[in-house]
Amino acid sequence: MEKKVVATSSLAGCFGCHMSLLDIDERILELIELVEFDKSPVNDVKKFSRRVDIGLIEGGCCNEENVHVLKEFRAQCKVLVSVGECAIMGGLQAIRNTIPLKECLDEAYLNGPSVKGCNEESIIPNDEELPVILNKVYPCHEIVKIDYHLPGCPPSADLIWNALRALVLDEKMEMPYELVKYD
Amino acid sequence: MNQILKFKLDGVECMGYKDQYITNAAAENGFYIPTLCNIPGVKPRGACRICNVRVNGKLMTACTTPLANGMVIECQTEELKDLRKAIIELMLTEGNHFCPSCEKSGNCELQALAYRFNITVPRFKYQFPERDIEASHPKLIKDHNRCILCKRCIRVIKDEQGRNIFAFGKRGNRITINIDTELANDISDENARMAYEICPVGAILLRENAFREPIGKRKFDHVPIGIEMERFHK
Repeated sequence: MEKKVVATSSLAGCFGCHMSLLDIDERILELIELVEFDKSPVNDVKKFSRRVDIGLIEGGCCNEENVHVLKEFRAQCKVLVSVGECAIMGGLQAIRNTIPLKECLDEAYLNGPSVKGCNEESIIPNDEELPVILNKVYPCHEIVKIDYHLPGCPPSADLIWNALRALVLDEKMEMPYELVKYD
Repeated sequence: MNQILKFKLDGVECMGYKDQYITNAAAENGFYIPTLCNIPGVKPRGACRICNVRVNGKLMTACTTPLANGMVIECQTEELKDLRKAIIELMLTEGNHFCPSCEKSGNCELQALAYRFNITVPRFKYQFPERDIEASHPKLIKDHNRCILCKRCIRVIKDEQGRNIFAFGKRGNRITINIDTELANDISDENARMAYEICPVGAILLRENAFREPIGKRKFDHVPIGIEMERFHK
């Protein structure tokens, strides 16, 4: 059987979901029999070399670079999976969605207890090299079409494993009650 | 003794008593009808609408509808299951429910129902409304981000003189459940704990009580909500 190709990325996330993927322990040996990785932090490949079968997205979209990467993933992946709460609902970063962006930036760079008085020129970083921050943190499915969602913070290794196996072998995925959790 | 009534629930012949509500009669007959606002023994309000069933073809809230002889009740039809799922999804998107950082996660009935209905992502757009947290009370914290307005706290928590500690504030889509500041200052430890426990979500929190139970030992970590009531339906 020809190996399926997997790509992964972390947008506005903490890499916890990638850590959870590595938590499959010795099953990683079975995994590399089934798949090979293209663009992914797992193998440190930065660019897509071909169209891939499965894309795993961790994290929501908080800046324009996240949106760019997500759209690229949608274009390159036959199946795109949102992995974890951040990809599904924005995650803890989305707590800022209830506060106007200017207020957030002012608090972070000008008025917060750890910066007050230290930022004499009142600079809020806006170099053109930096990706522009979005007004809100967006769940991935509000930007592009997402085929499957794996909840959890992070989703357990067993859940990610079950999902990958089911996608690779074209089987029905097992989602036992104990594995599908939002925390 | 109360008059015995016969009714049919999802095709199964059941028995209940006069003046019993459908949810309670169903539970005694081994059926679980999901609810968020209902508490056995307290006058029902029909606030959350998750217990919607079809009684003789008409949509009714099972927690507020008294049993009648010969009722034909549908509970687990695909239509009703989807309706309930939609209500839960609406609640998840209407407020700010950040499960990973919530003290009630694992013991939250809204979350448990979402697990039960296999919700991986809601069909509605997240609203991210701007809501406050009242953290000035000595024993309780009221987090309006998570409140689903079920009215459990208003109906149950009273002081020794029968005064309400919780009450509605504002109206319409700006409605909130507020704590009476003066009464909350004198609230007994027992009442404060009860308020925390009856809140189906993490909207009423007890101070110095967060994250006491590790993951794996919480109420809904291993067992779906309502499973103890079910004999006929899983």
